[in-house]
Amino acid sequence: MDFRDVMEPKYRELLENYIKDQSEQALYAGQKFSRKSIEHKISPEEIVSLHKSLLMQMQPDLPENVLYSFDILLEVMIGYGLAYREHQSLRHKQEELRSEMEIAANVQQTLLGTKIPEVDGLDIGAISVPAKHMNGDYFHFVQDENNCISVAIADVIGKGIPAALCMSMIKYAMDSLPENRMGPGSILENLNRIVEQNVDPSMFITMFYGMFNPENNLLSYASAGHEPGFYYDAAKKEFTELSAKGLLLGVEKRTKYSNYHKEVHPGDMIILLSDGVTECRTDDGFIEREILIDYIYKYIHLSAQDIVNKVFKDLEKLQHFQLRDDFTLIILKRKV
Amino acid sequence: MNLSINIKETDILLEISVEGEIDAYTAPQLRERLFPLSEKNGVNMEINLSGVSYMDSTGLGVFVGVFKNVKANNGQFKINGLSGRLQRLFEITGLSDIIDVNSQIEGEVK
Repeated sequence: MDFRDVMEPKYRELLENYIKDQSEQALYAGQKFSRKSIEHKISPEEIVSLHKSLLMQMQPDLPENVLYSFDILLEVMIGYGLAYREHQSLRHKQEELRSEMEIAANVQQTLLGTKIPEVDGLDIGAISVPAKHMNGDYFHFVQDENNCISVAIADVIGKGIPAALCMSMIKYAMDSLPENRMGPGSILENLNRIVEQNVDPSMFITMFYGMFNPENNLLSYASAGHEPGFYYDAAKKEFTELSAKGLLLGVEKRTKYSNYHKEVHPGDMIILLSDGVTECRTDDGFIEREILIDYIYKYIHLSAQDIVNKVFKDLEKLQHFQLRDDFTLIILKRKV
Repeated sequence: MNLSINIKETDILLEISVEGEIDAYTAPQLRERLFPLSEKNGVNMEINLSGVSYMDSTGLGVFVGVFKNVKANNGQFKINGLSGRLQRLFEITGLSDIIDVNSQIEGEVK
């Protein structure tokens, strides 16, 4: 049966009980009634008018001026009723937005999807986790016809949806660059021109671009203002910073990017990351890069994918499972 | 997390000191205050960040935007008072090569 049909007798019973003995129990029944009526979208002014009409039936000799006072209460409550209905409709809209956001995040996943290539002699692991719905970090692998493996890791300055949309554009720019033997430096120069011309002037991108040639085990790389990664030298058991100089993409049209080179020996690792990794904030402040190294070292005997997964889990725990920034960590390990 | 922005303007210099944390939540405030100022022709802007305890890349984006605006309007732009952590952020991103940062003479007589 519809709540509206039983509402009147129910409310009448409540009133009668309470008028009779003013018990706690009767008050509690009133609370239950209000929950039920909210659930059935009964507005506050409806309750007031119900109250008034029941009072007239139950107490016919009630002074007229008391009854008149209910008209004022009714008028005042109309405003509350409107606010309540607005609140309901906003909640509904919020639900809608949230589900659209989820769809957008899925579309982004599809658009930006990249496959970790299978290469003889190279063990590759990658993880990228957004702080919110949309990821402003991005990584991309390309395997060209000469079997060279290229990896790009990028972070859009700015967060959320605009950053994510911007990243999709970069991906398509990267895909449309001619693959044939462009060095990392010239790839960044090309992308810089595209970002400078096409992206909102207050949005910038940091990117590290590396290219590994399995023929001679040479890594060439260049960086556009990206958080430096690490290089692990297996023979010396030593981590060094994989630093490269270069300006953020999108600031200055004529920026040049230098190529750097490194010979990769068996067991060596190339570790790339986004600033969400180093800006991991714990109760005692930021984690130091040395601590990050300790975490990587702890899992160094595992496969590249297991290392990145485990390091992420540990750092996530340190931050009480609340990422402040998008987190991306990539490891390329030359097989022994 | 609060951000306070103090602006002191004289005929020749626009001194802005920022205090607090600059992140995705506070950066829009900073942008709103600084952008209109950066569009004045020939502005001489000096920003002091010695009271900034934290800044992420969103804050960096605001300063790059302001810097580009100031340059486009023939102005001067300087950032002072960077902590070691912030200085590193400007160095990694290559911005310290194009923006005048921490150039004031250090070791003043106390």
